[in-house]
Amino acid sequence: MRAVRVIPCLDVDAGRVVKGVRFTGLRDAGDPVELAARYDLEGADELVFYDITASAQDRRTMYDVVARTAEEVFIPLTVGGGVRTLDDARKLLRLGADKVSVNSAAVARPELVSEIAGTFGSQCAVVGMDVRRDTGSASPRWEVYVRGGRTPTGTDALEWACRCEALGAGELVLNSMDRDGTRQGFDLELTRAVVDATSVPVVASGGVGGVGDLVDGAVIGGADAVLAASIFHFGEVSVAQAKQAMARAGVVVRPVGPPAR
Amino acid sequence: MAVIDYGIGNLRSAEKALCRAGADARLVTTAAEVGAADAVVLPGVGNFGRCSSELAASGMWEAAEQAAGSGRPFLGICVGMQLLYQGSEESPGVPGLGLFEGRVSMLAEGVRRPQMQWNLLEVTRPGSVLFAGCSEGAWAYFVHSYRAPVGPETVATCDYGGTVAAAVEAGPLWATQFHPEKSSALGLALLANFVRSCA
Repeated sequence: MRAVRVIPCLDVDAGRVVKGVRFTGLRDAGDPVELAARYDLEGADELVFYDITASAQDRRTMYDVVARTAEEVFIPLTVGGGVRTLDDARKLLRLGADKVSVNSAAVARPELVSEIAGTFGSQCAVVGMDVRRDTGSASPRWEVYVRGGRTPTGTDALEWACRCEALGAGELVLNSMDRDGTRQGFDLELTRAVVDATSVPVVASGGVGGVGDLVDGAVIGGADAVLAASIFHFGEVSVAQAKQAMARAGVVVRPVGPPAR
Repeated sequence: MAVIDYGIGNLRSAEKALCRAGADARLVTTAAEVGAADAVVLPGVGNFGRCSSELAASGMWEAAEQAAGSGRPFLGICVGMQLLYQGSEESPGVPGLGLFEGRVSMLAEGVRRPQMQWNLLEVTRPGSVLFAGCSEGAWAYFVHSYRAPVGPETVATCDYGGTVAAAVEAGPLWATQFHPEKSSALGLALLANFVRSCA
């Protein structure tokens, strides 16, 4: 059967989880390893760490966070942010990441996706896409942005998604910059368009304000997984509550709790 | 307990999860270490052909083959399970270890590939040692595009565009298509069953 995954996303800066609104205005949300362990207990299906640091010193801190998490938490871990080369990917995988997510570097050099997929397998080659709706277009159209959402590329999001799949990406994380941090819900039209255009798993991201948005992402958007940050970090909703609400709405999710005896 | 490290993907999690489950597990890179271990774990991610060729290039192919057929406890994970069969549609002409009959084939059309999700297991052999105490409501994490055939060795399946072999057990030779080291509390319980069987 198909079961929709619920994925808390932890933006990590200098060893701490932070959360911004539309990529700015950061709030401290705790220790990444502690939060990761809590989300595992609450029934999170996977975790995403997104490294938003810039300095080399903080990059080393991130490696330490990944290694410590891999010793404590036994659910899949995707690490993204600043992955530019095959060696960056190798290092994160050796430290305990299961998948690496590439974004700007893949737009600059798409072969990076096929190099990671060819070396480590498609299952660990994730492409993160920051996209924004083109308001000047009559028909629905979305454009890919890079560098943390600062730089437009002129690339159509659907074309890029299909290209990534052809290059060997095993999963696409689709982040709507129009919705990121706004709590207005996923861009469902975008999610559905990418799901219909591709055949690899699609993770909806950006804009979750409540559990109803997670349900909509799965049911209306057709996403294989739903990703959220703030609603989980600040204790508004536990992962367990989110999954219970999704199950009540008829979405198949892995039930929360220890295995039945 | 030796976890065969032949240069692919994330093996740290398998090692750490086995340690958490009570094993004295460590990554090994030589045939001698595989030969000397009381129990052997063969992880595997990605492409069948690449895993097969990397295992051969690492010099540990014969040691793995010997360990799997030796009566010592042996656990294959993901592509490490697929390698126990004779070959795979994914990499025609590339041999598997051939301990089980049959070839690995692609998941059915009409489902998103890879299967990258948790799925509910149906434990088809009630006396399975691997699933002792964990046979009901067992959800495990899968990442794969190919599946092993269902045979007499199959002890658990899941449904993903048809029946998928999820775990096998033949005496001390065990394997899972899913990742126990990534399946949270259930996965640790299954690994603890494996570790206990090694005692």
